[in-house]
Amino acid sequence: MTTVELLWQTLAVLLTLCVFSFLIKDNPFYKFAERLVAGVAAGFWTMLVYHNLFRDKVLLTMQNGQWAYIIPILLGIGMWTRFSKKYSWISRFSIAFYIGISTGISVTVYMYTAIFKQISATIIPLNSITNILIIVGVLCALFYFFFSKAHTGAFGVVSRIGIYTLMIGFGAGFGLTVMGRIALLAQRVIFIRGYVLALIGAG
Amino acid sequence: MTFWEKLMNLDRRWIYLCIFIVVIIPAIISFKVPVSTTPEVKKVFNFIDEMQPGDHFYLGIDYDPSALAELDPMTYAILNQAFSKDLKVIIGCLSQFGVGMAELRLSEVAAIYGKESGIDYCFLGYRPYPAIVILTMGVDFRVTFPLDYYGVPLDSLEVMNGIRNLMDVKGVVDITAGNVADMWITYGNGRFGFPLAIGVTGVMSADYYQYLQSGQIFGLIPGIKGAAEYEILSGFETTGLQSIPYQTLAHAVILLFIIISNVGYFAARRKKGR
Repeated sequence: MTTVELLWQTLAVLLTLCVFSFLIKDNPFYKFAERLVAGVAAGFWTMLVYHNLFRDKVLLTMQNGQWAYIIPILLGIGMWTRFSKKYSWISRFSIAFYIGISTGISVTVYMYTAIFKQISATIIPLNSITNILIIVGVLCALFYFFFSKAHTGAFGVVSRIGIYTLMIGFGAGFGLTVMGRIALLAQRVIFIRGYVLALIGAG
Repeated sequence: MTFWEKLMNLDRRWIYLCIFIVVIIPAIISFKVPVSTTPEVKKVFNFIDEMQPGDHFYLGIDYDPSALAELDPMTYAILNQAFSKDLKVIIGCLSQFGVGMAELRLSEVAAIYGKESGIDYCFLGYRPYPAIVILTMGVDFRVTFPLDYYGVPLDSLEVMNGIRNLMDVKGVVDITAGNVADMWITYGNGRFGFPLAIGVTGVMSADYYQYLQSGQIFGLIPGIKGAAEYEILSGFETTGLQSIPYQTLAHAVILLFIIISNVGYFAARRKKGR
């Protein structure tokens, strides 16, 4: 490990410990690490937007005489008029354009992918336990969200199966969330272990 | 106050301490835990494995450093697998804080195999508004990315010869930690129909099995477990498999706490009932 790498890794280890110190209680070390991340992220993002958007799509396009870009640039400038009481009405054109485009693009594909494709995936033959579970689970869960009838009798039984189905889903989600959080901790421990081993020359 | 009541009012920091102690154990005593592979991960592996040298595929590195622990092992293994098979990879980044990290990992793996930017792979870099970027890449990469990350025009890159849009590649593998996965499913697979597989964080994975079942994605790498599976299948290991002993011990402790707290809850309730 070179001296520069060692310094960076030492800083990373110290910041990791600063963040973990929050588990004991809120403290100045944690606050320092938190604000450092926020500051670095804001600076990084600003420069990224400048180089990837403003320079490429505004400065260079104008320099290259691609005048069609003047329309989105004007719409973009229009958004900034939100800060003026007198001229904020101009921003409505930009917002209307943005919402119109977004809606036009989204509605059809969302209907197709999130509704039609998902419904068609439940129209399956009842020839396996998995398929039966899918159909029973989907139907019972949908019944649970039917609120214009009291959940009693046979309807109550079906909606109860629905809520059990949902609970199994939430349980799976919780288990996977725990796995994800432990993975973050494990990765930090592996990193610190590597750092310590490198420091004592055993890595 | 009885034992169970004390247990119910236990300071959460004791739980943190227990987790911390068990997570330290694998760092001191190294041991391995067997990991079985699942069909959804195998399908992603087979998709890349069955491609011929020179075939193109798109790899989305759509996460930032906060998800590095779970997703970087997937990216590492997939890039190694692709470059070892002489595949051509087009890489994009739809996460603003991930672009530098993605470039670092890409150049590191490319250097192992002597792969060159523009010849063996193309790193497109970052553009905001994922939905718009995916839609335009479905029409022409050059609309959104006239230049690659290093400022070279896409038309002058050998790797992009004959590749106009996402329909010209064999498929898309997206490694992501946010709603970008939804956008790939909706605006990518939904609009253009190309084969799509995703690698996601553990928190997200339960939400995406439905798309696997409906065929909207052909493969799914769920969290660190999926990453470990992929490492076993591909043979390229970083921290995925290493994390599993930590997971096993931490999960055992969490299970133990759940059982103890439930017993405590019912015991305290029973006492109140008396």
